[in-house]
Amino acid sequence: MGIEEKLPSGVLLTTVEGVAGYMRKASFWPATFGLACCAIEMMTSGGPKYDLARFGMEVFRASPRQADLMIVAGRVSQKMAPVLRQIYDQMPEPKWVLAMGVCASSGGMFNNYAIVQGVDHVVPVDMYLPGCPPRPEMLIDAILKLHDQVQQTKLGPNRAREVEERENAALRALPTSEMRGLLR
Amino acid sequence: MTTDHDIYASSTETTEGRVFTVSGQDWDQIAEGLAEDDSERVVVNMGPQHPSTHGVLRLILELEGETVTEARCGIGYLHTGIEKNMEFRSWVQGVTFCTRMDYLSPFFNEATYCLGIERLLDIEDQVPEKANVMRVLLMELNRISSHLVAIATGGMEIGALTVMTIGFRERELVLDLFELITGLRMNHAFIRPGGVAQDLPPGALDEIRAFIALMRKRLPEYEALCNANPIFKARLVDVGHLDLEGCVALGLTGPVLRSTGYPWDLRKTQPYCGYETYDFDVQTWDTADSYGRFRIRLAEMWESLKIVEQAAERLAGLEGAPVMVADKKIAWPSQLAIGSDGMGNSLDHIRHIMGESMEALIHHFKLVTEGFRVPAGQAYVPVEGPRGELGAHVVSDGGTRPYRVHFRDPSFTNLQATSVMSEGGMVADVIVAIASIDPVMGGVDR
Amino acid sequence: MTEDKSPDQRALEESPENAPASLDPEVRAVGVRRGMFGTRGTGDTSGYGGLVQPVVYPGLARRPLEGWHEEVAAALDAALATAGAPDAVEGVVVHRGELTFHVRRDGLPAVARALRDDPSLRFELLSGVSGVHHPDDAGRELHVVHHLLSMTWNRRVRLEVAVPDADPHLPSVVATYPTADWHERETYDMFGVVFDGHPSLTRILMPDDWPGHPQRKDYPLGGIPVEYKGGSVPPPDQRRSYS
Ligand code: SF4
Repeated sequence: MGIEEKLPSGVLLTTVEGVAGYMRKASFWPATFGLACCAIEMMTSGGPKYDLARFGMEVFRASPRQADLMIVAGRVSQKMAPVLRQIYDQMPEPKWVLAMGVCASSGGMFNNYAIVQGVDHVVPVDMYLPGCPPRPEMLIDAILKLHDQVQQTKLGPNRAREVEERENAALRALPTSEMRGLLR
Repeated sequence: MTTDHDIYASSTETTEGRVFTVSGQDWDQIAEGLAEDDSERVVVNMGPQHPSTHGVLRLILELEGETVTEARCGIGYLHTGIEKNMEFRSWVQGVTFCTRMDYLSPFFNEATYCLGIERLLDIEDQVPEKANVMRVLLMELNRISSHLVAIATGGMEIGALTVMTIGFRERELVLDLFELITGLRMNHAFIRPGGVAQDLPPGALDEIRAFIALMRKRLPEYEALCNANPIFKARLVDVGHLDLEGCVALGLTGPVLRSTGYPWDLRKTQPYCGYETYDFDVQTWDTADSYGRFRIRLAEMWESLKIVEQAAERLAGLEGAPVMVADKKIAWPSQLAIGSDGMGNSLDHIRHIMGESMEALIHHFKLVTEGFRVPAGQAYVPVEGPRGELGAHVVSDGGTRPYRVHFRDPSFTNLQATSVMSEGGMVADVIVAIASIDPVMGGVDR
Repeated sequence: MTEDKSPDQRALEESPENAPASLDPEVRAVGVRRGMFGTRGTGDTSGYGGLVQPVVYPGLARRPLEGWHEEVAAALDAALATAGAPDAVEGVVVHRGELTFHVRRDGLPAVARALRDDPSLRFELLSGVSGVHHPDDAGRELHVVHHLLSMTWNRRVRLEVAVPDADPHLPSVVATYPTADWHERETYDMFGVVFDGHPSLTRILMPDDWPGHPQRKDYPLGGIPVEYKGGSVPPPDQRRSYS
């Protein structure tokens, strides 16, 4: 007994965007991109205790060609960066990237010659997840937030308008270096 | 060239032969392409992003049909420059960095680094007993969790997904203990030069005892599932063979060395942290193959449980004993407790330094910002990690920061055996051989 | 003592056993430390900006050493004399119970072979090779350290070879210890030390086309300043710090 029982004459009206978003978020397959410590926590989230399968996400795809989401779990070294970009390019559109852990998000504590200071230098990131390592619950939370984002994604001209609005907002935004905060 | 039209995965320049870039398209194309060629020789590049290579390991395999004629490893895809970073932090802060090297055995990294510093400081005998017992307890729990992951990922790579799920299920139990004792699931930075960061929290011993009882029930499940499992044995027995001479020449230690029947375990031969006072056996096997290494890991978890039990017993008698050296020039100025804001704090200490003693304030400030000085010299105190001899070569120039720290990581050394273990065998066995070495790329590349 | 203490006692040179022991034989400074903070110029607010301290490592030990250290040293001397490289070892340091042989670079293969093969030495396992860079130790800037383990005798020794930065060559020990393969490649990658006779000395951790050798002291940490709201924090190697 589900929603269909309550529908008048079995008809439900919605938008194409809504249906597409729902479909996309409900079968969201991550690519395995385990790099370092965070990868272990990523595997744990797929394990029995945290059970990512509850959200239809347990199929970690080995091949980027079958994946929608790249979870960059760990520190990206200068040597790994080209590989990462190639794997991202091989994923079919639409695709999303989740930077898991501070290393992938910003380089974290490894501010040095070897590590790319944030994977957003290499691929566009949709969701940043702080923590070192983030707990599996946090990863699941980040994924659910991303599900939300995916559900809300607009299509066609709406999408173009949204992109333009965001672009303009970003151009108008105050650069971090000029913001006032605790340090000034 | 079958895949040149793929703009994202096109071939790179090569000087000989034909290049196929396989990235998930139709295998028929490759088969056709190969059929045109009469040679059976193929060079396959596996990784660095491959689900079965145990992390970001790149394998370059030269195949003659199904047989591997040459296997080479490409590493460095996780090089993090941790050793260099440590040179710019104080001795204590270094712990935070080295714990992230081999992320499956954080306590061993911390322990070998701290033991090296303690030797240079010449305070090896002054480390309080409780700190040593807690180190042993944590290291042995860590050995269990590390071996569980080794078995779990090894199982996953040969397709035994149940082994993986139960491995991670049990590992959670250990991580819960870690979280209770250190506050973190991974990357603890809990073992510090001179002792450990904190005392045991109340109730920890009961949890540990419950864990031991539970593990006694759960470990037999692995034995029942795997030990005599015909598929498991078919994949593992006689695969990845390496005898004693090969191990010693290539510097292999840990379960790989012990699978040749040689009982070399630093906990017995060169004890540290008081291991000589615990009752446990060194596990060996005599087949020198992947199956033997699997059985050794399984048996070592039992031994570790024994040590954990003894350590818990001792801790029960050490309630309230110090966990840091008495020397206030080295020990952290106060014992912090978690305040209502979730941060570590100590109201007594704050009243003391802010209200009563200017000298205490200065001392606190100097110790926390500047740190202590370590006499010039070098030390190397290895410990028996889950993968073998793990040692930190600690060099001090007499300053407040490490002059150079180099980690001799067992994964790095053991991985050199890939060629010897897999050449002449089948492609599928390469995965098994590597899984039996159990390299952790964080430790290999550091 | 049978000699009478007559005033015409022989000169000190003729009876060196009467000379007082020098307390620290052959101590060499490998660098200096200035001030209290890692900065130069006015950044040092500690008031000790002008302080100059030499950096001195533990000095050479005098033979005979104590316990098994002497056994190893004597056996090594004997083995090296047979091998025709009697002066391969420059000196011995014993510090905190750890035995270090300073080895001349030409003598390294002979020392390694003697340590591995001599029945009274039997250092079968090479634990690792690593480098240490002392930019101020003129003529001996790059130190390469080998850690050896004898499973037969349950002993450890360390070999230290110093080579000048201008000519960073030393013989490889891969022929004796195959495990040195990757360790030497790593040391080459990180410090630019060239191991002559290594089967394929290429970079191992850094990308093949990487410029420089990152763990040398003259190679910057390479961090970037981190911006926060209202401020920016320089990378650790450019901050004021204590050294
Ligand atoms: S964020 Fe922390 S846990 Fe994650 S990869 Fe980096 S160091 Fe490891």
